[in-house]
Amino acid sequence: MLQGWVIVTASFGYIGLLFAIAYYADKRAAAGRSIITPVIYSLSLAVYATAWTFYGSVGRAASDGVGFLPIYIGPTLMILLWWFVLRKVIRISKVNRITSLADFIGSRYGKSALLGGLVTVIAVIGILPYISLQLKAVSSSFQILLQYPEIVMPEKGGAVAILQDTAFYVALFMALFTIAFGTRTLDVSERHEGMVAAIAFEAVVKMIAFLAVGAFVTFGIFGGASDIFGQAAQRPDLARLMTPFGDSQVTHASWVWLTVLSMLAIIFLPRQFQVAVIENVDEKHLSKAVWLFPLYMLAINVFVLPIAFGGRLAFPAGDVDADTFVLTLPMAFHQEGLALLVFIGGLSAATGMVIVETIALSTMVCNDFAMPILLRWKWLDLTRRSNFPALLLDIRRGAIIGVLLLGYFYFRIAGEAYALVSIGLISFAAVAQFAPAAIGGLYWKGGTRLGALAGLSAGFGVWLYTLLLPAFAKSGWLGIGFLESGPFGVELLRPDRLFGLAGLDQITHAMFWSMTANIGAYVLVSLLSRQSAAEHSQATLFVDVFTQTGERGRVWRGTTSASALQTLLGRFLGPARAAELFRAYAQERGHESIDALEADAELVNFAEIQLAGTIGAASAHTMVSTVAQEEPLGIDEVMTIIDEASQVIAYSHKLEEKQQELEQATASLKAANERLQELDRLKDDFVSTVTHELRTPLTSIRAFSEILHDHPDIDPAERHRFLGLIIKESERLTRLINQVLDLAKLESGHAEWQTAEVDLNEIVTDAVSATSQLFKSRGVVVEAHATDRVPKVLADRDRVMQVMLNLLSNAVKFCPEGKGRVQVRLSEEPGGVRIDVQDNGVGIDREHLGVIFEKFRQVGDTLTEKPAGTGLGLAICRQIIDHFGGRLFVQSEPGRGSTFTFTLPRIEPAAAAGLAMGAR
Amino acid sequence: MAKPSRRGERLIGLFLLGCLLFNFPLLALFNVRETVLGIPLLYAYLFTAWGFVIALVAVIMERTD
Repeated sequence: MLQGWVIVTASFGYIGLLFAIAYYADKRAAAGRSIITPVIYSLSLAVYATAWTFYGSVGRAASDGVGFLPIYIGPTLMILLWWFVLRKVIRISKVNRITSLADFIGSRYGKSALLGGLVTVIAVIGILPYISLQLKAVSSSFQILLQYPEIVMPEKGGAVAILQDTAFYVALFMALFTIAFGTRTLDVSERHEGMVAAIAFEAVVKMIAFLAVGAFVTFGIFGGASDIFGQAAQRPDLARLMTPFGDSQVTHASWVWLTVLSMLAIIFLPRQFQVAVIENVDEKHLSKAVWLFPLYMLAINVFVLPIAFGGRLAFPAGDVDADTFVLTLPMAFHQEGLALLVFIGGLSAATGMVIVETIALSTMVCNDFAMPILLRWKWLDLTRRSNFPALLLDIRRGAIIGVLLLGYFYFRIAGEAYALVSIGLISFAAVAQFAPAAIGGLYWKGGTRLGALAGLSAGFGVWLYTLLLPAFAKSGWLGIGFLESGPFGVELLRPDRLFGLAGLDQITHAMFWSMTANIGAYVLVSLLSRQSAAEHSQATLFVDVFTQTGERGRVWRGTTSASALQTLLGRFLGPARAAELFRAYAQERGHESIDALEADAELVNFAEIQLAGTIGAASAHTMVSTVAQEEPLGIDEVMTIIDEASQVIAYSHKLEEKQQELEQATASLKAANERLQELDRLKDDFVSTVTHELRTPLTSIRAFSEILHDHPDIDPAERHRFLGLIIKESERLTRLINQVLDLAKLESGHAEWQTAEVDLNEIVTDAVSATSQLFKSRGVVVEAHATDRVPKVLADRDRVMQVMLNLLSNAVKFCPEGKGRVQVRLSEEPGGVRIDVQDNGVGIDREHLGVIFEKFRQVGDTLTEKPAGTGLGLAICRQIIDHFGGRLFVQSEPGRGSTFTFTLPRIEPAAAAGLAMGAR
Repeated sequence: MAKPSRRGERLIGLFLLGCLLFNFPLLALFNVRETVLGIPLLYAYLFTAWGFVIALVAVIMERTD
């Protein structure tokens, strides 16, 4: 028989060992030689495995086979995403000195004290069932073990008076134990290395105990796992559990929802957040934890099914609660030592959970619930007090006792109606409500404080209604009629079949409705509401934590002094610690002493973050603002900011305009360049053409000169003819050169013009008489229809004469000899005078009409016909007429002759007057 | 050590694989009365797949190439 004192002594011995480990770890940490390695970090995560895992998994497996597994497979999947999600949470928490989950969510939404408080309330109420589960497990295992070797199920908790209830003493003992463990000193960073080390040790103990009992059942009582399963297969009620999907409690929906639920729980259970985020010393530890922790879960679950089936086989009567198989199986087979080890293992699983959970909750209650309220009570005048650290510790101690006692009362009220796992799942569903606000806050900048408040409230409300109230109802504490026919007999509002949704198990049903309400309210209200400036800066700080440099986003404007901040910090952290922090800060910035520090935004932020590590972000913000009065943004300053912004906008507009101007300039430069290149090409063409035209007569002259030179005895008549040709070619050469020079002068604008009033009638008459000899020699008739009624024009008489002569000589050139007929007509037209020179010659092909005014263009086949002119005449004519503002153009029909026409504008009266003045 | 980004991608790939392995309809395939070495097929499958995923994570995180 196991005496009570043996069990108690073993328990206290074990607890003493935990204290020793914690003490050693704290000493090492204080000396700067942390013992937290990646392996210890991974083991501390195993605080996830509580009495639920130790006792409850077997109980669950005994009733529905693999139904307990999603609770461990979910975290295994989630942990694969930790590399992204949790690393970000850890980084944010380090940067902002986050102390708890409530702090995290409150801080994300503009350091909202209200939100932090709400998270705290949800966490405390939500976790109560979970804590009651631990109390139930420890107290019943203690009672069962006391009866060794008899196997007697303990009495119902509610049946005995509180003072005789083992669970009550377990709760008290655990509260004292946790207080001694976690609230000895006030750590600035809110980290407890001693606790982490002890938790890691507990993980090893519970693992060893469970593997020992598993091995004993599988290989000691039975002949291996196949023997157990083989025997079980003979019993129809057990064989059913081997294919649990479909014909048992395990539905597809519940499997999936339990997986999702545990995926969220592994992050948002307060104790998991504590060990994974707050107690993390190095982000790199994650890379080992992501596979060591799942491996731990796998190992501790390997024997669950053999033990569950073994228990069902060993206790065929069914009078032994399956939740106790782990303990009762060694007892039934008289393994005294093993039974004690199992009890210690269960104790370690339960204490591990209770310690971390209540420490995490007490931090929340203190920093995010009590402090914001206390700081608002002016009459307490807390800011003036100097014994703050002691007050903070007292609040936490009170919170720990309060949480455990509440857990105990939950156990008394509702603990007996459910199996262990079902109790725990209620808590899982509660903490899952944090997921939308927290995960949304990590990745979506648009989530607002109001949205988070709405989502959390809605989700929590549905949870209360669909899970917590039914738990009370089932235990008879509320009327059962409320469950069976709905409140006030309204069937649609039945908490387990909300709006008539039937066919789901309780957790799946509650998760569906609460998540729908939670996510829906969070997103909807976020979309409809506006963020304040503080919310916006915090949102950026959280979402972009990996892309930010050390710069803090918050805008701070106000006045304070460095010493006021230091005094403030001193009240919370102790003056020595505050002075040390400020000295380090000053040194980092290259100042000699604290006195040189300026109370700028950066220092205020520094102080706030240090303070946040102790009392939470929202309270720290309140405290700092008591000494550093932040002036509200006045309308003037807003206007200034807007003004600056609009100046920047105007400046950028200017830049844009400048750019456009530059682009335009570039484009015109480009065009000019193209034009220049074209001109250059034209010049080259011109030079080569001119050279060619000069060479032709020169070649002739040279050839005839050589003949005359080489043959002195040449026939005189022949000689005379050759000399005539030489003279003719020379004349042509001279004419060509004159015309080239003329054209060059005209084109460059250097020509001399002697502009005067010109009587065109006179010019026509003169031109015709000057060329009459030419016409006669070619037998061409010329008729001049001159009239003296046309107005005079402003022009250079010689130049216009040059044009006339050119046109006439062209006309005679292309007229058939003997039958040619050229008519010159002078007429008046609107705006000027018009002169037509019409011939009945060969005419000009349509395709040549456009080019005959270009330089060196001669119509006709230049290869077979001897060129009849220089090819420059018409180009010069056009230049001249253009100069006086007139037009020169041609109309022609091949075979019927051409008409060359030019116009000259009449004299404007003003110009005439000006000319008259100038002439005087 | 693999590049952090590659490592992240591999973990996400593994997450998707896990979602497939531990979910319906794949689980229904093993929900039959067969045994492997005396162990019900579903149990054997779940633990083997679980161990397989963990082994893959370990390889991804611990590879030193």
